[in-house]
Amino acid sequence: MQAAQTTVDPTEVAKFEAMAAEWWDVNGKFKPLHMLNPCRLDYITSQIALEFDRDLTGPEPFKGLRLLDIGCGGGLLSEPMARLGAEVVGADAAAGNIPVAQVHAKQQGLEIDYRNVTAEALAEAGEQFDVVLNMEVVEHVADPQAYIDACAALLKPGGLMICSTINRNPKSFMMAIVGAEHVMRWLPKGTHDWNKFITPDELYGLIETAGLLPVDRKGFVFNPISWSWSISDRDLSVNYVTASTKP
Amino acid sequence: MRFDADILIAGGGLNGPALALALAQGGFSVLIADPTPEAVLEADGFDGRGYALALASQKLLAAIGIWPEVSEASQPILEIKVTDGRPGEGPSPFLLHFDHAELEEGPMGYMLEDRFLRRALLAAVRGTPSIRRIESPVVDHAPDAAGVTVTLGNGETPRVRLIVGADGRASEVAQQAGLKRQGADYHQTALVCAVEHERPHNGIAHQFFMPSGPLAILPLPGNRCSIVWSETTEEAARIHALPDAGYLAELRPRFGNFLGEINLAGPRFTYPLLLTLAEAFIAPRLALLGDAAHGVHPIAGQGLNLGLRDVGALAEVLTDARRRGEDMGSEAVLLRYQQWRRFDTASLAMATDAFNRLFSNDNPLLRLGRDLGMGAVNAIPALRRSFMREAAGLTGDLPRLMKGQRL
Repeated sequence: MQAAQTTVDPTEVAKFEAMAAEWWDVNGKFKPLHMLNPCRLDYITSQIALEFDRDLTGPEPFKGLRLLDIGCGGGLLSEPMARLGAEVVGADAAAGNIPVAQVHAKQQGLEIDYRNVTAEALAEAGEQFDVVLNMEVVEHVADPQAYIDACAALLKPGGLMICSTINRNPKSFMMAIVGAEHVMRWLPKGTHDWNKFITPDELYGLIETAGLLPVDRKGFVFNPISWSWSISDRDLSVNYVTASTKP
Repeated sequence: MRFDADILIAGGGLNGPALALALAQGGFSVLIADPTPEAVLEADGFDGRGYALALASQKLLAAIGIWPEVSEASQPILEIKVTDGRPGEGPSPFLLHFDHAELEEGPMGYMLEDRFLRRALLAAVRGTPSIRRIESPVVDHAPDAAGVTVTLGNGETPRVRLIVGADGRASEVAQQAGLKRQGADYHQTALVCAVEHERPHNGIAHQFFMPSGPLAILPLPGNRCSIVWSETTEEAARIHALPDAGYLAELRPRFGNFLGEINLAGPRFTYPLLLTLAEAFIAPRLALLGDAAHGVHPIAGQGLNLGLRDVGALAEVLTDARRRGEDMGSEAVLLRYQQWRRFDTASLAMATDAFNRLFSNDNPLLRLGRDLGMGAVNAIPALRRSFMREAAGLTGDLPRLMKGQRL
């Protein structure tokens, strides 16, 4: 893990620190992710605690669990998981994110193994994890089935995958494309291609074909009055999340 | 990177220890820095100060394990009577009457003397291994990306994730962070004392609205009451300078004779009435609470109640953040606390301010209007119950601890 951190060119550190500050600025360009993050973390932590019988009120409840965060970006999920005691690998296909995430983790005193690698390449190398976090990635990949197959291969038997994405229907088009990209400008135009959005039933199909067992699904719902996100049992109409296990 | 504790609390009065106990329950290690020697906090002398604890505050004290230690010394408030009166004239025919029988939760609140609450908090802090009390002030603090290094008066430099300013309305840590305050001076001073009286008070609290300011008579155990008596600052200075006999001679016509003969039951105090609000409740790796964030007019006994609401909210936000693996001192986390508390505080401060200005006025039209208004509230049970629930602190977005739940 130390080896990964030393790969940052020291002359570039200031630049990466500035970029990390941008990733972690709650009012900056990743504001929508920061707003959604507590809700995502509530779901992820409660599902891991349930699956592996851990007590979230105790210190380092995820100690002993090996966890992969796919599409880790600046480390908004990797860092909390490391703080809870998990051994974390953060993977991102965008090479530029890796040193940014590394300098921030170092500032925070966290040991996280950040790598510029894809899920498919990790699977090919035979890496194995107790938990795979697959958050807001599947709607961006070229071949969703091949990608979910790789995620399934990365899980140890008894392992847990959390996968979130965006539903495909007229409401999600209005909210995620028109609302988030054009009206609120939360996301750059063209961030999402509505045709690549996936319905919950389609995602369950991909997961089952990959040999995993879907165990739970919930909605992430934005409330424009309280201006905050919450978890919903019923409303999966735009953002939603699933949990599945490897038998 | 070495951390000496998760959180350092500047200020060991009432809110500081209450927060420390709540945080210990949430799994945090806590330092309390306060220059006041423990012997001073434990002094047994009755200083006449008492708190009107709203029901929600009592539930928080129960949730952090303090209530069993003080309940015997407390006096339940069973009724509240609000009267518009002028000295020598007797009460106006219209009065507001709140009876706890209309509130399913029980008494409307409890009167508790400062000495019992302070001692119980200190004992509980001592008995909690994850809390350490340091007898020294915070002289500086320096936040960075991962934590904050605090400099204490005794030369210690503990490093923590977050510092909390519970150090009163002249908060040093708020000044260190460059946070300014805005406020209003009422040019009023509260005269505070305890009195003994002949007849039992039956758990009834009274609030008389006089032209110069409100007079609150709050029941203590036995035949004693705590008095909070507001006058213009000049008049208060004059009365406070009088010997006990002269002081009582001023108090008697205002108090009336409904409890029989009255006498002083402890020393007398004065507190200037100022409304202050910090421009922000948070700064990098810092959160303010209690009087450090907001000093309100004590007209409705809301100072400690507001502070304990801050305690419940901050402990909940931080505990939830810890269980999610978030950085507890990060802006993302602290903003949740500020959003929760700042609106509540500003609206209460404004309401208290308006209430006081309305009731401290001797304009005959206003006086007629408020008499009719008070009569109307009294006549409509639903409106009266909503006033009572507000006074008992049972409205708004309540922290879990204030609903009697664990963190």
